Amino acid sequence: MCGIVGLFLKDKSLEPKLGDMLTDMLVTMTDRGPDSAGIAIYGAETDGNAKLTVQSDAPETDFDKLDNELRKLVKGKVKMSVKDTHAVLEIQADQVAEARAALSDIRPSVRVMSHGETLEIYKEVGLPKNVAERFDVRQMSGTHGIGHTRMATESAVTTMGAHPFNTGSDQCLVHNGSLSNHNSLRRKLRRLGVHIETENDTEVGAAYLTWKMQTGSTLGEALESSLDDLDGFFTFLVGTKDGFGVVRDPIACKPAVMAETDQYVAFGSEYRALVNLPGIEDARVWEPEPATVYFWSHNAAPTAQEKAA
Amino acid sequence: MQTFDLEAQGLRALNSTLHAQAENTNQTHWEIINPKGSHAIAVGLDAPIEVNVKGSTGYYCAGMNKQATVHVHGSAGPGTAENMMSGTVIVEGDASQYAGATGHGGTLIIKGNASSRCGISMKGIDIIVHGNIGHMSAFMAQSGNIVVCGDAGDALGDSCYEARFFVRGSVKSLGADCIEKEMRPEHIKMLEELLERGGCDAKASEFKRYGSARTLYNFDVDNAAAY
Repeated sequence: MCGIVGLFLKDKSLEPKLGDMLTDMLVTMTDRGPDSAGIAIYGAETDGNAKLTVQSDAPETDFDKLDNELRKLVKGKVKMSVKDTHAVLEIQADQVAEARAALSDIRPSVRVMSHGETLEIYKEVGLPKNVAERFDVRQMSGTHGIGHTRMATESAVTTMGAHPFNTGSDQCLVHNGSLSNHNSLRRKLRRLGVHIETENDTEVGAAYLTWKMQTGSTLGEALESSLDDLDGFFTFLVGTKDGFGVVRDPIACKPAVMAETDQYVAFGSEYRALVNLPGIEDARVWEPEPATVYFWSHNAAPTAQEKAA
Repeated sequence: MQTFDLEAQGLRALNSTLHAQAENTNQTHWEIINPKGSHAIAVGLDAPIEVNVKGSTGYYCAGMNKQATVHVHGSAGPGTAENMMSGTVIVEGDASQYAGATGHGGTLIIKGNASSRCGISMKGIDIIVHGNIGHMSAFMAQSGNIVVCGDAGDALGDSCYEARFFVRGSVKSLGADCIEKEMRPEHIKMLEELLERGGCDAKASEFKRYGSARTLYNFDVDNAAAY
């Protein structure tokens, strides 16, 4: 099964409540998948800085003086804030690659959950309620976010198997469904030099989109071609710095409901996830069509059928 | 009229209360408030009662219904009126995928649009949709009728048996062995009755009829290479 939620805010006054609203939506979806949960929040931009969200199974030792050590190695500003097993490292935007290389040298067991200017991803094994509490998600503000609660089908229940998956700078993906050609596609992508860490099917989907975008596709084009190249069932929700997109496979047996008002665009695997949003009674509620890419962006006047370009 | 607050009293209490209504119950009118997309609302009813659900429902609302009238004043989630035996289910809004699936009898009226796989494997139910229906609707439909006042999606009636489909608008594509058929006077008469039952503002003469070409009923040796 798995449960997906997403919230894209149009009304700035709701931004301080993004984490709270998204947590409520995700907790409602708990019985669609209690294995692990994750949330991606697009928060405030920091001038000229980038964020690396990292995870460790031994945060006391791994995060101890990590900021000092990195600062020396990259010879730039590094700010760290630790939340449970995750830490957000704020670094200079031009030093991201350097910092990641240094990080894998000095802390090989630390995993990068996400990188970007505004994106932070928090994910762990456990119920959405507990995961949200551990990372104080309710307190987080932001412009948009997506969340996932997992019922594992294709691979182990681990932190790295949890969603969202980071697909590129400020980009992430959550998935409900199962891909059936992930083994052959993983081999193909690895031959092309794409790094894929786990045996998880969604990670292959995420890596596929990353690879398409690195080789010249826009996100919209990458999502369009995923309809041809990915075999299996999927409802994907994709986050970018400016908005989010939705695409379902042509069979569309994985559920999806959307709601739009003047204040927000919301996505849920079920209508239940949306029932406590403000003004839901008068929202336009509909199911996204199969094999159709939808996109909402803060960049331009958002329209329901806008394709990412 | 009995009012039941689903949020306060819970699903199990609701369904066991409704199941306890006998054939000759005096409590014939029920109103369910705060459904909030919950699953399995008013499933397995078997009494001549009317249940009004004031809001939208989740999976499997009014599944396996017998005798009862279930009226959803909102939209309905996947599997609404699945395997209905008799009675009436009315959805004021849209219905999600596989509405009326495997239904043996009764009437399902959807005033908005129905999603994919509407009436899949239906076995005698009448499904009347004021709007459009999605892809793979009436897949392997065995008997009963689907009336669509709007358009039908891809692969309508794939591998169907003796069910009839009346569509007023366009059909994106017909499924395997499904063809357009002649509208004879008996079909017009039948459709007029269905349109009246469904409260549709449409004329029977505006519809086309589709059904099985019956070429899949028996093994054809010329198709052997396809297997």
